[in-house]
Amino acid sequence: MSATSGYDEERLGELLSDLPPAPAGWVRAAQELPSARRGIDEIVERARVDSEFRVRLVADLETALAAAGYEPTDELVDAVRACLPELDQ
Amino acid sequence: MSMELSDAQLVGRCRAGEAAAWNELVERFSRYVYAIAVRAYRLPEHDAEDVFQDVFARAYERLASLRDDAAIRPWLAQLTRNACVDRLRTSAREQPAEEPGAEETDATLERLDEALTVHEALEALSGDCRDILDRFFARDESYRTIGEALDLPAGTIASRISRCLGKLREQLEGRKPGPNTSGGS
Repeated sequence: MSATSGYDEERLGELLSDLPPAPAGWVRAAQELPSARRGIDEIVERARVDSEFRVRLVADLETALAAAGYEPTDELVDAVRACLPELDQ
Repeated sequence: MSMELSDAQLVGRCRAGEAAAWNELVERFSRYVYAIAVRAYRLPEHDAEDVFQDVFARAYERLASLRDDAAIRPWLAQLTRNACVDRLRTSAREQPAEEPGAEETDATLERLDEALTVHEALEALSGDCRDILDRFFARDESYRTIGEALDLPAGTIASRISRCLGKLREQLEGRKPGPNTSGGS
């Protein structure tokens, strides 16, 4: 079937109804990915060169992030936690 | 960010690190990814949200490996299908449930692909037409709600919708069939 033939009003309406907007918060979170990634890179790099900061992260990740000025969201905490083992090597 | 950018142009700008391009890419495909998760694979909202974020995270990480920038749409569809299947398998281990059949899923995916083509054609219409069609069909708003939001008499909404559908049909009939018809110069 051609994707662009045979459209009547009912069919067009049904197809438009098939794509409701994704929840706004999901879209915003996905759009903020690049800046979130930059934040993670920044934290990991600092932990690499600053041993005291690294120790604080390992001891209490959320408190250390908050003290360093980052909002310790679940996503950020999980992402940084995933990077901690490689920093110990 | 102009809506006139083709998918390939948009991907190129994302790869160059333009934040506005990434925002546009997410905006352009968010409904598609969402619909695949909740309509084709019938994931519950919390699983669909995980899949949604996972798909865009993978897309962001792997954009450089995309061989054909114009193929972002089928590539995202494949990433989403894989993420949904993984999620269903994980859920089935934890709590067995009836999954949609493969034939049914394929039919829904085909329909969503067509729906995205129609949605892309919508972007070529005037802002008024885009708004009224999106509110009525995709957001399921009543004539009354639309009338109040757009400051239009509720009695004129049906005729406006009909007129805009006519314009959308003309727009679609003037396009070449294909999976990547989102604009471009």
